[in-house]
Amino acid sequence: MSDRTLEKLSILADAAKYDVSCSSSGSDRKNKDKGLGNASNGICHAYTEDGRCVSLLKILLTNHCIFDCAYCVSRKSNDVKRAAFTVQEVVDLTINFYRRNYIEGLFLSSGIFKNADYTMERLVLVARKLREEHNFNGYIHLKTIPGASDELLKEAGLYADRLSVNVEMPTEQSLKLLAPDKKREDMIQPMNYLKGAIIANREEKKLFKKAPQFAPAGQSTQMVIGATPESDLEVLFMASQFYKQMQLKRVYYSGYVPISNDNRLPAIGTPVPMIRENRLYQADWLMRFYGFKVNEIVSPENPHLDIDIDPKLSWALRNLQIFPVDINKADLQVIMRIPGIGVQSAKKIVSARQFSKLTWEHLKKIGIAVNRARYFITCQSKEFELKDLMPMQIKQRILSQGASKYQPNFSPQIKLF
Amino acid sequence: MVTLTYDGSFEGLLTAIFEIYEYRFSDVSIVPADRAQANVFNDHRQSTSDPVKAERVWLGLKKKVSTAALNQLHRAFLSELPGIEDKLYQYVLYVFSSKLSVEYDYSNSFVLFIKQTDQKVRREKHRMEAFIRFQLTGDGLYYAICQPDYNVLPLLQNHFRERYADQRWLIYDSTRKYGIYYDLNTVETVSLSFSEEAGSGKNLQAVFDEKEELYQQLWQQYFTSVNIVARKNTKLHLQHMPRRYWKYLTEKQVQ
Ligand code: SF4
Repeated sequence: MSDRTLEKLSILADAAKYDVSCSSSGSDRKNKDKGLGNASNGICHAYTEDGRCVSLLKILLTNHCIFDCAYCVSRKSNDVKRAAFTVQEVVDLTINFYRRNYIEGLFLSSGIFKNADYTMERLVLVARKLREEHNFNGYIHLKTIPGASDELLKEAGLYADRLSVNVEMPTEQSLKLLAPDKKREDMIQPMNYLKGAIIANREEKKLFKKAPQFAPAGQSTQMVIGATPESDLEVLFMASQFYKQMQLKRVYYSGYVPISNDNRLPAIGTPVPMIRENRLYQADWLMRFYGFKVNEIVSPENPHLDIDIDPKLSWALRNLQIFPVDINKADLQVIMRIPGIGVQSAKKIVSARQFSKLTWEHLKKIGIAVNRARYFITCQSKEFELKDLMPMQIKQRILSQGASKYQPNFSPQIKLF
Repeated sequence: MVTLTYDGSFEGLLTAIFEIYEYRFSDVSIVPADRAQANVFNDHRQSTSDPVKAERVWLGLKKKVSTAALNQLHRAFLSELPGIEDKLYQYVLYVFSSKLSVEYDYSNSFVLFIKQTDQKVRREKHRMEAFIRFQLTGDGLYYAICQPDYNVLPLLQNHFRERYADQRWLIYDSTRKYGIYYDLNTVETVSLSFSEEAGSGKNLQAVFDEKEELYQQLWQQYFTSVNIVARKNTKLHLQHMPRRYWKYLTEKQVQ
């Protein structure tokens, strides 16, 4: 370990950073036999200057690649410095970073070296060494290489907490256009295999507690947004399908960062679509935690998410007939749908109203965004805002208050609306 | 008005609350002895920590509210906010005065205040779980200095013991001048005077493992490399990593 390692790290971390997924949660791996680490709570140990969470050591094993995907910095035809870690180097970095409390674990991906299996074998080897030689129980996320064999996927699942297969593009046409070496099938097939293996493992665990874990944090995927002309409707319907049919834990949306003069792609200097990306994450949260169906968020009439307001507010303005909602009576599910009220506040409201009828004062103290919510609710207080305002008027009023707390925030870890 | 002083410990506070009932003080304020200010208009009384009295209050509460609510009280206490004692006392008073459990009655200002204070303390605990940075010394000790806003070390023990079960570690709170130390078996509270200079990077070679500096450099390199300049968002960065925590963050030590 030395200057050479330092240089490799800079190349291979730089090349890995466009994969936005960073989550280290969803696993409950315990510390075994007084070994090193556990994977439980998904801590962000640092934040980059662009405000993204740094939770895992996210690197490529190598950025050499036989493929030529147009949107990728590591593509074969790109003139960049190449490097490759040895298996041992990755193991040492992981262990030593982990012991210093820098990270929750490792997220290892790779360019395709020789062929899919050859590359996947090495990724699996790193994970096996960590688990078996170092009794490392921290979080491991392995990216699966498209086209790798089922046997290797199976082994990967025994060591890793999470596996991901990136679909890269929201539609097959876009993939064909930008990643001619890749086939949609090579991505869907391993996803299907993993889905089956994960379900089988969960069943087995129910019967035999001692059965080995298989990817306890499930699988995820990523789509690049804004490199190709898909609408939010296409993107979110695709995501919704992944959640339902593939039972994915997370879908990540990565705003395309222009890195190439290829005329199939937005030119260098085009801004990264960060607000759009943020709106997609908000919509994603609505689907996963707020009980919204995808077609409530986007539809053929409204194929794009609003840029100036969040998708929950848009939905509410399109559905004013449901409002106002009586905060002292409505179901939790309904309260969660009110703009300005998050899951936590909704729960507090439902608890607190058992003791006394809630007024604006109570609601303010509980921490809801009254400025925004007041157009949609009634409470014990007499004053009430929603006096036949038109959706546009409400939108204008809310926007003019410019509640800064709710300004778009560009991180996939957002929690509030 | 009675000012009741206590020793600043949680047990001491519970004792003081017991004595308020015992001596039937009415208009009373509880203050840690080292924060008490002489005031001619007040009647000053001193409460001495007593495990038996403290336990009676604790068990009394236990009958009325859940364990989660009890833990909340303890964490809110660790906030060390001025006046937190009186808020906790009012909460306890409210609990004992009603038949049903009131722990979810957020329309009561004390219950809500304790809940919100608890959230702040827990957030600080999470921050420390994230921002603690160990440095490896030549004799195999991983040690870290921190300055949490609240007194959260007691809440950190389990997390670090479970995670770093196979390494000796020490976490030192340089504001409150004490630390917690894990010797591969148990975690103990230790007070020691600690020269901060040792951790400032200048004397690295003298005290530290030979690889320590390399790993710090590697981590700094990593932190720099993962940044995407085209996405720079300083406001968000600072919101997640407020400046006051930078002092002990390895990745923030590069000029
Ligand atoms: S296969 Fe992966 S690493 Fe290689 S060019 Fe395509 S996206 Fe980049």
